Amino acid sequence: MSTDNFNQYVTEEFETKTRDLLTDSSPDIQPVFGELGIICNRSDISSVCKLLKDDPEISMKYLRSISVVDWVEHMEVVYHLSSIEHMNRIVVKVKIPLEDLRVDSVINVWAGADWHEREGHDLFGIEFIGHPDMAPLILYEGFEGFPGRKSFEIPSQETLYGD
Amino acid sequence: METKATVIRDQDSDTAELRINMGPQHPATHGVFRMVLTLDGERVVNVEPHIGYLHRGSEKLSEGENFQQITTLFDRLDYISNFNNEWVYVRVLERAMEVEIPERAEFIRIILGELNRVASHFLFYGTYGLDIGAMNPVMIGFRERERIQALFEGVSGARMMHNYFRVGGVKEDLPDGFVPAVNILLDQLKRGYEDARNTLTESEIFIERTAGIGKLGPEKTLDYGVTGPVLRAAGVDYDIRKADPYSMYSQLDFKIPLGSHGDCYDRYMVRMLEIEQSINIIEQCVANLPEGPIQGKVPRILRPPEGDFFVHGENPRGDLGVYLVSAGGTVRPYRLKIRGPSFSNLMALSSMMEGAYLADSTVILGSLDIVLGEVDR
Amino acid sequence: MAIEPRNLSESSHGKDRLILPEEAKGAWSSIKENRKSGISGVVTLKSEELFAMARKSSLWPLTFGLACCAIEMISTYMPNHDFDRFGVVTWPSPRQSDVMIVAGTVVKKMAEPIKLLYEQMASPKWVIAMGSCATCGGPYVRSYSVVMGVDQIIPVDVYVPGCPPRPEALLGGVMELQDIIQKEPRKKRGL
Ligand code: SF4
Repeated sequence: MSTDNFNQYVTEEFETKTRDLLTDSSPDIQPVFGELGIICNRSDISSVCKLLKDDPEISMKYLRSISVVDWVEHMEVVYHLSSIEHMNRIVVKVKIPLEDLRVDSVINVWAGADWHEREGHDLFGIEFIGHPDMAPLILYEGFEGFPGRKSFEIPSQETLYGD
Repeated sequence: METKATVIRDQDSDTAELRINMGPQHPATHGVFRMVLTLDGERVVNVEPHIGYLHRGSEKLSEGENFQQITTLFDRLDYISNFNNEWVYVRVLERAMEVEIPERAEFIRIILGELNRVASHFLFYGTYGLDIGAMNPVMIGFRERERIQALFEGVSGARMMHNYFRVGGVKEDLPDGFVPAVNILLDQLKRGYEDARNTLTESEIFIERTAGIGKLGPEKTLDYGVTGPVLRAAGVDYDIRKADPYSMYSQLDFKIPLGSHGDCYDRYMVRMLEIEQSINIIEQCVANLPEGPIQGKVPRILRPPEGDFFVHGENPRGDLGVYLVSAGGTVRPYRLKIRGPSFSNLMALSSMMEGAYLADSTVILGSLDIVLGEVDR
Repeated sequence: MAIEPRNLSESSHGKDRLILPEEAKGAWSSIKENRKSGISGVVTLKSEELFAMARKSSLWPLTFGLACCAIEMISTYMPNHDFDRFGVVTWPSPRQSDVMIVAGTVVKKMAEPIKLLYEQMASPKWVIAMGSCATCGGPYVRSYSVVMGVDQIIPVDVYVPGCPPRPEALLGGVMELQDIIQKEPRKKRGL
């Protein structure tokens, strides 16, 4: 039996270090499924990311992806960070209310955030403040609606083929 | 060699910048990728990549299918390394449901995954030769790839879209005579690899055209989230099989080829050396292939617990990640986000290409080895 | 014209593959006669049929891969299957191409460029839809961004099913197209 599938990416030491680093913005920090989950305020995201990246011991230099999840009552932007040197993994989550779908861009922290954010804008309609170019990336000009959202329905098998 | 060129302008003559469009139908863009190049004379001053010409909505579609059906979508994601894609997908469910996989299944997966890596790199070898203007490599590359595909067909029944990995193991046991067939195949591949080396690797023209072209340093590559051979060519030692080992990789003996210049030739070399290492891994696995079951204990209907899970694996192109959000107790994912390695690698294109000659633009694009299927998803 | 008519009806392809029209057959027998008598080199047949013969044996498809099926299409060009023996030579520009092999998923964003490419091709031109995506949408039939088959935007002559079709299937598709091309002049005359 192999156990490699259940790697742990968080040590206690790492957790305390992260806690100390982020005392100012006081986010909610908890290990979840082997990774360190940080739920942070919408206004803090870019400063939190900057701290996580620049700290030499945490050194989250590698932004793996930015995902958007539609929870119907609110949206959530999820940042998967990783450090190449220490093999620690952090997941940062930000809640975004439906009335105001905006969040600060992290493109100044990682250049690689560029297309991930544009994709989030395309599929979910979230605006990333400070991103230089929010033109459609994978959808075309004039596409109606936001296909990533739960409210955007795809046809079921039955409507396509009958019974 | 500095790739950023200082453009010398003749003050008296009237020069204008020229914008040319490449793609979406262009033989050198490896699919339906489009870029708009702004030229100053022979130099590229600006690159505007346009993607989305293969956006099939796999992420949204998977929200409407149940967990077993989604493997088929993953096959078609990065259509050159199908087994590797399936593997990452089944692993995310295995992690969520804490399934244990029998050793034989793990070995089968490694053999097939690494063979797929070899096939993918041979394809790269062929198309890269074509990008540079050599006709022979593509013949050699496809000749070797066909051999591997024939073996895959024997195992899974399909040449490309296998749908063979299952949560907890694999679909069915290997066919009779698999081990001798693999041994013969490896011998052939080694000979093919020699051919490949003799035609391109040591060719003076090839080295002239690729060495020092499209440089990107380690800091910049990391900043863009570039992974895989492109990152390792810049000298960053990051291979998920070593850094965050999954399956049985921690028990196998292999090396990670690293480049030092971060140019096109290093990217090519890293891939070629990876073929050697993969063959090495397969040899070890075939020699130690244990007997036993091929399927772990898995419920008939997959219902992963509530939560979100992220699993990644080393694809031939880099770090493929799957982010699964499960609502708990449902047969469908709540959200499935795919992090394609080519997507991030392609982002670094403009900073590689700016300042290069127009004639080198296809060389640089080819060295990234993108597959549009996972860029657009 | 020193071409021997191959007796295809005896080969494994079956009877329906004998595509020489009646007039041409007459011409062949006369050429054989002539050969016996030492006079040779004259064929009489309808010019359209002659052109059709030429067209079908030198099809130049537009190099145009969209998705996974493109890989199988390239495999078909490569040594193992060798498309060249059908006179099929890939060509990167639409202006000189005769046939468009749509290999892969047609996305709505890509529909405009495909139409443009098709319009740029000089007549006579044919289209092969390769794979279930190009035929009907395939596994992505429910997707919001996929065109349900390329025949929604351009006319298709031959459909090759499969996901992806094997190279042999594409070869079969091309042979089917050659049949169609050879029969075109007779069809025009209402035969
Ligand atoms: S038919 Fe199948 S193999 Fe071909 S493009 Fe569509 S999904 Fe890919």
